[in-house]
Amino acid sequence: METIIRAATALSPQQTFGRTSFPGELKDATGDRLRCAEPDYRNYIDPSLIRRMSRIIKMGVATARESLREAGIGIPDAIVTGTAYGCLSDTVQFLTRIIEQKEAMLSPTAFIQSTHNTVGGQIALMLRCHGYNNTFVHRGLSFESALLDATLLLEETDGTVFNVLVGSVEEVTDTSHAILRRFGMYRRYPVAGEGAAFFVLTNGRRGEDDVKLDAVSTFYKPKGIEEIERRIVAFLAERQTGMEDIDLVITGRDGGKDGDAIYGQLLRSVFRAAVTIPYKHLCGEYPTSASFALWFAVQILRSGTIPTALGFEETETGRIRRILIYNHYLGIHHSLIMLSAC
Amino acid sequence: MSKGVFIVGLGAISAIGNDLRECISALENGRTGIDAITRLQTTHRGRIPVAEVKLTNAELANRAAASPRVSRTALLSLLAAREALDDAALPERSDLRIGFISANTVGGMDRSEQFFEVWLADPSHAKLRGIVQHECGAVTEWVADQLGIGDYVTTISTACSSSANAIFFGARLIRQGLLDVAVAGGADALTKFTLNGFNSLMILDGEPCKPFDEDRNGLNLGEGSGYLVLVSERLASAVMNGSEHGKIYCRLSGWANANDAYHQTASSPDGTGSYLAMQGALERSGLCPSDISYINLHGTGTRNNDMAEGIAIRRLFGTQCPKMSSTKSFTGHTLGASGGIEAVFSALSVKYGFIYPNLRFRTPMDGFSCLPETTFSCDPAVAHVLSNSFGFGGNCSSLIFSKL
Repeated sequence: METIIRAATALSPQQTFGRTSFPGELKDATGDRLRCAEPDYRNYIDPSLIRRMSRIIKMGVATARESLREAGIGIPDAIVTGTAYGCLSDTVQFLTRIIEQKEAMLSPTAFIQSTHNTVGGQIALMLRCHGYNNTFVHRGLSFESALLDATLLLEETDGTVFNVLVGSVEEVTDTSHAILRRFGMYRRYPVAGEGAAFFVLTNGRRGEDDVKLDAVSTFYKPKGIEEIERRIVAFLAERQTGMEDIDLVITGRDGGKDGDAIYGQLLRSVFRAAVTIPYKHLCGEYPTSASFALWFAVQILRSGTIPTALGFEETETGRIRRILIYNHYLGIHHSLIMLSAC
Repeated sequence: MSKGVFIVGLGAISAIGNDLRECISALENGRTGIDAITRLQTTHRGRIPVAEVKLTNAELANRAAASPRVSRTALLSLLAAREALDDAALPERSDLRIGFISANTVGGMDRSEQFFEVWLADPSHAKLRGIVQHECGAVTEWVADQLGIGDYVTTISTACSSSANAIFFGARLIRQGLLDVAVAGGADALTKFTLNGFNSLMILDGEPCKPFDEDRNGLNLGEGSGYLVLVSERLASAVMNGSEHGKIYCRLSGWANANDAYHQTASSPDGTGSYLAMQGALERSGLCPSDISYINLHGTGTRNNDMAEGIAIRRLFGTQCPKMSSTKSFTGHTLGASGGIEAVFSALSVKYGFIYPNLRFRTPMDGFSCLPETTFSCDPAVAHVLSNSFGFGGNCSSLIFSKL
């Protein structure tokens, strides 16, 4: 059984939303923060709801709807969401009011929207989707956990799930940015990012533009670079693949010295013969950025080439048919996603 | 039955007991954990009853042999997860792939809210140590590290159904051959954030809650954690053969997750999500409604939840109701921990035939003829137990535990 990526939608700092190809120009980060280029939400959400929804909910719901539209699916069988921080601005708003109003006369709206499953729940509510609905909140592996759940749902032979809407959503707020700066985050990982990305996965091949999700795997706190190398080689071997079968490696390299030390090592070892490109100059660093990398990989497989307009040098690759995404978050959470053209 | 998933270890901490044995004793003796606020620093003291774990952070840390500076959620989580692992007494084998699948809804909010008070006054004075466990996943990870579990670690947060989802995600990872053992469940500490949140929704009872009673008037918040150790069939038979390697409580035979898709916080009047979750779990287990011996209700005590859950039960079971009760009348509503704590109680029910009382029940709900149990009893005929967990965002999950 094959897992097919039937639709891929990203709301990111770049002009990616609603496109199934690359944007023509690159938006650079201003300072140490990239903000999403948000669409006109009235095309996706009832205007009376827009006013009440916080930004992250609008980002998630609109991206999910656009992804379903691209897939031509009205109501999915399951909805799986990943978010590390959840609805930060609602959380901060409710916390602030508790303190400022000394726990009195509080409006419940921010509290209601602060729960981590708000986006997944709102998508279900808008679609009237009664199917399986889950939300993973595991730091740098929130999206990958959701993706694993989605692929399991499709693989389970006694299951009733034939298509899954899976994605992630993350926002940067002024408060979270200021707190992470005090942690020294932007000395180590230069640009804070945010974004939403949703995908429709199905079991079985459909259209000609489709991409196959071969595998997703994660590992936690490896003991050193040797373990990371061993895990990557084993991941490929378990799928009867080797680096020679990978046309392109997309890495989480972001120009920060801490994180890039790992990527630099790998470029000299397991990835030394591979064509590699980064993606975080497009979306910034955030715990669920691998979902943007997956969107990016899907577009590359659809076009067969690396988009030169986004600042990449022209490389002799031939038509790209198989991609490996390797990302780590803070050196703690590591993930591997392999996908290929149908 | 090569794909069965078995429960070989249990651990719980709640307002009615600091470990599993104490919790069972309180359930047997009808001793509630709901009382006036003594620990939480809030202006609502004296007005809103809660179900606090009766230990300070320092006492919890002392029991857990851990730092008292970590989040209370993490301390609660560690104590019950470790108790479950000790209870399981897994064979010492280095080749076992062990996962920690944990749920919570507040993460380290107990620390974050203290951090934030200082931050608002002067950001440069707020000590970053106070916010390192803000993320739900950070709590899980700290506990996994303390337990020495690293093969697979993840966190689920779907409001009040969080740990039910964690438990059956663990079961699915075992069935798919990705893990041999899953320590699964959830934890939540009582915080000002959640107390004020539920208070602003006006669904907190000013008295100890009365689940499934016509005169119910809201829920009481609680705190705690509950974990199961789930193992594959292959490992279970190994555990069984060497009988000194602990015991098997029961099998996790059914599960389902459905969404009510009606309202962000309220349940639909016909209990659609609850119905679909229970029905889906029955379908997966291959059981009929009449096979269920006991339902551990979600039963929060709010007007809305109990009516929707009651209607869903009536739709599914008709007038032939199994025995049922809400143990939230003991533990309060422990949010992200509730599915875990109640799964532990349900597994004990299957193993020992325990039927728990629904405290303070007096008057049946209008239009719902089934009566909850009012006394503790032991019924050796208990074969299958259904546990319900429904939550905000429409997230509804049900689990079924079955005799071997």
